[in-house]
Amino acid sequence: MTISGEFLAFISLALVAVIGGVLLLNLTKVVHMVVGLVFTFIAIAGIYILLSAEFLAVVQILIYSGAITIIMLFGIMLTRHNDEESDSKGGGWKKVLLFLGVLAFGAAFYIGIYNLDFGTEPAALHEKNTEQLGVALYSDFVIPFELMSVLLLVALVGAIVLSRNDGEKEGDKE
Amino acid sequence: MTGVPVSAYLALALILFCIGLYGALTKRNTIIVLISIELMLNAVNINLVTFSKFGMNPSITGQVFAVFVIAVAAAEVAVGIAILLSLYRNRKTVNIDEMDQLKH
Repeated sequence: MTISGEFLAFISLALVAVIGGVLLLNLTKVVHMVVGLVFTFIAIAGIYILLSAEFLAVVQILIYSGAITIIMLFGIMLTRHNDEESDSKGGGWKKVLLFLGVLAFGAAFYIGIYNLDFGTEPAALHEKNTEQLGVALYSDFVIPFELMSVLLLVALVGAIVLSRNDGEKEGDKE
Repeated sequence: MTGVPVSAYLALALILFCIGLYGALTKRNTIIVLISIELMLNAVNINLVTFSKFGMNPSITGQVFAVFVIAVAAAEVAVGIAILLSLYRNRKTVNIDEMDQLKH
């Protein structure tokens, strides 16, 4: 069995992605968790390139490891954290049961996918990827695209209204 | 056929989804819960792009769908952080088990 370069790239990217996820679960400081997850996001961008989705890879790096991580870091800095996230009361049993449940979920789905193969030839999506994506977006998916612009506008205006510090009704209900 | 089988990509997405699910259910910090949800959405995106290349009818539609998922995820994060900041201003906490106003 020869190991192709694609397989090697996939294995290393998958390893980085999973290690980033495990760091998210195991580190104690909140900032370290978010920075650990940046590795996962960049590795997922590499996986997109392997799957011939170059435009999505660039968008992934821009949005996830750029914008969303920075927003999360701002959210961390604007709030006060008692670091060393302490275990809640009697959380041991709950964590073990949740771990078993997630493990059972993963095993059930792995049984479904472990020898899945459609036998179809992969499409030539890497040739002029951005052009294909743009043509599809502006011909077949025009209405969802416009709806998405409305959704983004409403969400961002809503975010500003929610987080605005209105001076007159200072909420001191603790 | 290419070197990497379909099931390898799907298994990677499954592992990332399970990590995100476990983090979203066990962590107490609201920001970590939000970012775990982002990780789950990313795993779903890997599945969509995989099926757009190797699926029954390989076409660009899966990638278009992934673009929409990314846009919705960005909007969700913005609203989530805004709710978190406004809650923090009122309750001075970020722990998710102390946000229980609706229970009392």
